[in-house]
Amino acid sequence: MSKSKIKYSSSKQFIEESRNELVLTEFEVLNAEATNFPGNHYGYDDTWTLEKFKKKLKINIIRIDNLEMEFDIIGVDPAVPNAFRRILLSDIPTMAFDRVFMFNNTSIIQDEVLAHRLGLIPLKADPRLFEFRREGDEEGTPEDTLEFELKVKCSWNPSRTKDHTNPEDLYRDFRVLTSHMKWIPLGGQKDLLNSDAVGPVYDDILIAKMRPGHELDIKLHALKGTGRDHAKFSPVATAFYRLLPQVKLLREVEGEAAERLQKCFSPGVIDLVDAPSGGGKKIAKVNDARYDICSRNVFRHEDLKEDTVKLTRARDHFIFYIESTGALPPEVLFVEAAKILSQKCRVFLDELKSGL
Amino acid sequence: MENRRLVVAREDEQDDRMKTFIFKGEGHTLGNALRTLILKNPDVIFCGYTIPHPSENKLHLRIETKEMSAVDALREGLEQLQSLSDHVLETFETAVSDFKSKQMEV
Repeated sequence: MSKSKIKYSSSKQFIEESRNELVLTEFEVLNAEATNFPGNHYGYDDTWTLEKFKKKLKINIIRIDNLEMEFDIIGVDPAVPNAFRRILLSDIPTMAFDRVFMFNNTSIIQDEVLAHRLGLIPLKADPRLFEFRREGDEEGTPEDTLEFELKVKCSWNPSRTKDHTNPEDLYRDFRVLTSHMKWIPLGGQKDLLNSDAVGPVYDDILIAKMRPGHELDIKLHALKGTGRDHAKFSPVATAFYRLLPQVKLLREVEGEAAERLQKCFSPGVIDLVDAPSGGGKKIAKVNDARYDICSRNVFRHEDLKEDTVKLTRARDHFIFYIESTGALPPEVLFVEAAKILSQKCRVFLDELKSGL
Repeated sequence: MENRRLVVAREDEQDDRMKTFIFKGEGHTLGNALRTLILKNPDVIFCGYTIPHPSENKLHLRIETKEMSAVDALREGLEQLQSLSDHVLETFETAVSDFKSKQMEV
């Protein structure tokens, strides 16, 4: 913004808007970059203090299920939720199969493909109870390893008849599922861990298909690791955030135009209500813009694109979603992410203390 | 020196008010969050970060200040980021326990 613009009477409003909202126009998104740094805007104190942050920060939980959660973080810079998102994806450790010992594999799926498939199976095991395996250690200890066994042999079903064509009737154990896996407790693991709390998250994940004579005999070691090393260690299916959409109607839209306007947005964003003037006319009213996908379809209509709606997104209101793979509940994952960010700072503060 | 994760690049740079720090094993996660907070310090003239090469796990963070030393600005930024994430953690945990107790009532 050039200095000459500040002379306008609406400059205060202009600055206020650029600090608080991203504006979605037909062809571009305005105010995309953050300008709230000290020295940028006269009359604003943009220095960061914990007291101010404590006043501004709000966290609202919208829903928590076993595997998913949605919540709002309000009053932070984009770098903060982004740091949490990145940590969730790649810095929180989980357990996953990392060593596969194949004693026998006569199925048609190749050893390396099978090993890769096994690695991707989500495991329920609290990673906080384990340690990272030391480099070069091939044996493993009860502190860093979960051992599983997968021994399956496919055979003919003795009670089959000539009329049977369905594999279900013809064969036994022709589907290798995660339920075939057996946990083998090492050392004192039997007393420390509950057998319900250890194992694949789902019992019905298909690992391989076999035919009579095919056989699998595999020993598996699940190790602790992070998503940075391999995506199989990531504790989330995904974690993402988006800014809160805001839709403002600038004039009354009625009748057929109102119906068209409604169709430009996600369901539930625009409501059609009876016009106050009566006469059975319907006018458009903003109901809830939260779940709008911000398609900007409204700009396709010549009569609606000018001075009818203002589409914006709140700059510091983040709608955060976490979808866990099942190793840890989503609300625990976020707590772990915050701890990891704090831990990262502590490591470097300690190094600063000992001098550069 | 081998195990240090934080070192100063260009040790010949005499001025305490401008320094480039190298964080080993860090990336955008810490880099962007730290840069944003350090820029909120009114004494800081410049703060920026880069990851010079994608296959080298290193983060370069440069700070230039008016009065205070760059190391102090970095320390302040790290302390602020730590207190920020601690406060977010606290707020989140209260929000979750409030949410769960409300759900129990229903």
